[in-house]
Amino acid sequence: MTDLTTLKYSEEHEWVALEGSVATVGITDYAADALGDIVFVELPAVGTELSSGDVFGEAESTKSVSELYAPVAGTVVEVNQAIVDDPSLVNSSPFEDAWMIKVEVADGALDGLLDRDGYTAITEG
Amino acid sequence: MTEPRYTPLRARHEALGASFTDFGGWQMPVRYTSDLAEHHAVREAAGIFDISHMAEFTVRGADAAAYLDYSLAGRLSAMTVGKAKYSLLLAEDGGIIDDVIVYRLGDDDFLIISNAGNRDAVREALLARTDGFDVETVDVSDDYALIAVQGPAAEQILTEVAGIGEVSIPWAEQKYYAWADATWNGKPLLLARTGYTGEDGFELLVAAADAESLWDAVLSAGESKGLVPCGLASRDTLRLEAGMPLYGHELNREIKPAQAGLGRVVVTDKERFVGQGAVTPAEGAPVLVGLQAEGRRAGRAGYAVVDAEGATLGEITSGALSPTLGHPIAMAFVDPSSAEEGTAVFLDVRGTKIPATVTALPFYRRKK
Repeated sequence: MTDLTTLKYSEEHEWVALEGSVATVGITDYAADALGDIVFVELPAVGTELSSGDVFGEAESTKSVSELYAPVAGTVVEVNQAIVDDPSLVNSSPFEDAWMIKVEVADGALDGLLDRDGYTAITEG
Repeated sequence: MTEPRYTPLRARHEALGASFTDFGGWQMPVRYTSDLAEHHAVREAAGIFDISHMAEFTVRGADAAAYLDYSLAGRLSAMTVGKAKYSLLLAEDGGIIDDVIVYRLGDDDFLIISNAGNRDAVREALLARTDGFDVETVDVSDDYALIAVQGPAAEQILTEVAGIGEVSIPWAEQKYYAWADATWNGKPLLLARTGYTGEDGFELLVAAADAESLWDAVLSAGESKGLVPCGLASRDTLRLEAGMPLYGHELNREIKPAQAGLGRVVVTDKERFVGQGAVTPAEGAPVLVGLQAEGRRAGRAGYAVVDAEGATLGEITSGALSPTLGHPIAMAFVDPSSAEEGTAVFLDVRGTKIPATVTALPFYRRKK
């Protein structure tokens, strides 16, 4: 189980885990629950350059479509094909199996993101 | 902004952990756990839905049947007592005010169930059409709760609900689009073999005060048979697979019945009825079709249907990745020239053109 207090969060309900210069990005359980059962995920190609706030993909549930916003700037170095093949992972394991992309980031790329308390203040507010 | 309304089953939904959504001014369960699981449960076993937001009207009086022949699109006077019939409430200009189900409770006694969001419009129209008829139309929506039990196991489950008694017609002999009388703990209960899922099932009309006890009893009787509580998300994908129109999507004031494939609902040789003379669509008016596509990316309501060059042919009114069929399905109004089965078109899915084919409705038909 991921310690959620070690992650950073965006107001668009993405989470970010930083290891060295690589940031792993996914969407939170709150976002997954709000969307309902995810049935389709589209992710960017490896090598895509993202600015913070760029749309990097889409998640569709039976009821709705949600764009995925990059919480950090950088170059996509890996995408999680497993969630393209089985989108239900986003609902069942949003913080672990359903990571979405890994992004090579510069120092300070996570500045301005929320910590766990800041994020829960949004979702519970 | 008016206060959101809740049905008498609100506390049950909250206890079951439902997520709520606004639907026609009502806060309704959108899902309890998973809309896909709820969808599959209805196709494979059974689901229970709170549809108490829907509106009910009683129509009683010596002229009730003649009044309904005048007020609605169908010939309700020809329906025998015990039956139910799908019908339309038309405006003078032939547009659709609502789609309804009419139950003939007695020679001079009918029940109309209409959509929640159209309750006021239906009441206004019905009351405005009573002149010259010996009839009394009453909005009884607040008195009742409506619980749908849908799926192949629905009948079996309901037979095992202790507390449902005095069933006027044996369960197995109750026909689709017909109703039977019963009691719930001694109080009146109407069992209608109707639904909005494409499966066999029942809609149970009970006094609002008795809704919670009936809900609990059906849930408990159905638990071992795969019955789950279902929200509006699964209700929407179920009805879409079954090719059933949803007011506000496939039906509205600007659409004439024949455009939506409902020409058969309008009995044009009646002496007079509201909308008479105005029900024929304009030449070239868009018509409702089914569309299916490959892959997993669905066209959604509002997306354009285009040709190979990108020229607009029409617009999607409902669309989803079909949980049962595994591919995207949609209903759309398109130009009649592109409405023939097998026509190849494209869905403009946020800028990406997805190939699709015009298909006969419904997408899904249950095995008898």
